Amino acid sequence: MKKNDVILQTVTNVVAFMIILFSLQVFFSGHYHPGGGFIGGLMTSGAIVLLLLAYDIKTVASIIPIDYKILIGIGLFFAVGTGAGSLFFNVPFLTHAFNHFDLPLLGETSLHTAVLFDTGVYLVVIGVTMTIIQTIGESE
Amino acid sequence: MTEIIKVFVGIFVGLGAFLCMVTALGIIRLPDVYTRNHAASKGSTLGIMFILIGAFLFFYVKEGHYNSRLLLGIVFIFITSPVAGHLISRAAYHTGVPLWKKSVLDELKDKEKHEKHGLDRSNGEGK
Repeated sequence: MKKNDVILQTVTNVVAFMIILFSLQVFFSGHYHPGGGFIGGLMTSGAIVLLLLAYDIKTVASIIPIDYKILIGIGLFFAVGTGAGSLFFNVPFLTHAFNHFDLPLLGETSLHTAVLFDTGVYLVVIGVTMTIIQTIGESE
Repeated sequence: MTEIIKVFVGIFVGLGAFLCMVTALGIIRLPDVYTRNHAASKGSTLGIMFILIGAFLFFYVKEGHYNSRLLLGIVFIFITSPVAGHLISRAAYHTGVPLWKKSVLDELKDKEKHEKHGLDRSNGEGK
C-alpha cells in the first residue's frame, strides 16, 4: 500500500523549527538558567531525529548536508582550543574570562569564553547522537 | 484584581486536573484501542493545556514573570498531541487490531479492498 504521511510531514515542518529554536534558547540561557550545551545539543538532534522519522535518511541528508563525524571533531577542537587559549595569557589551562561589550542591536552584553566551550559540548553532543542514530538506521 | 485572577487560576487548574482524571477513567473503561485513543488524545490535551494556562496566569500575576516557555508549551502540545493520537490509531489499524465487537461501520476497510481490486485488474475502473 502506498504510504501517506501528509499529516506527520506537515506537522514536522512546523514543529522542527520550534524545537530547534527552543534548543538554541536553552543553549544560550545556560549560564543564568537551567540548560546549557548538553541539553541544547540533545534537543537539536531530537529535532533532526523527528525529521528522520517523517522523511527518510537521504532526504534529511540533502536538507542538512553535514557529516556528523566532522562535527564531533570541530566540537572537540572548540573545547580544547578555549582551554588552551588561556595558556597564552600565563594562566592555568581552562581559565575562562568575560568582559562587557557594546554590541549593535543587543546593547551592552557580557560575553564569556565559557560559551565557546559550551559550543564545543553542543556540537559534540549533536555529532555523537546523530552518528549513533544514523549508523543504526542505515545498517539493515 | 488579583483575587479575581486567583479564582481563574483555581478554575483552570482544577478543570485541567479533572479532565486528566476523566481521561484516565476513559482509558480504563472504554473497550478497544480506538475509543481509548480518542479519550486519551482529546481529554489529556485539553487538560494539560488548562493546567499550563493556570500556571502561566499564576506566575504572571503573582511574580510579574511572563513565562513564554509555557505559552510555547501550550501551542506545542496543541499541535503534537492529536497527531500522536492519529499516528497511534493508524498504526493500530494497519497492524490489524480489531475494532470493538459492536462497531457498525468500517469504511476504511471497504476502501482498501476496493483499491486492491483496482490494482489487480491493472488500472481498472475502480478509483
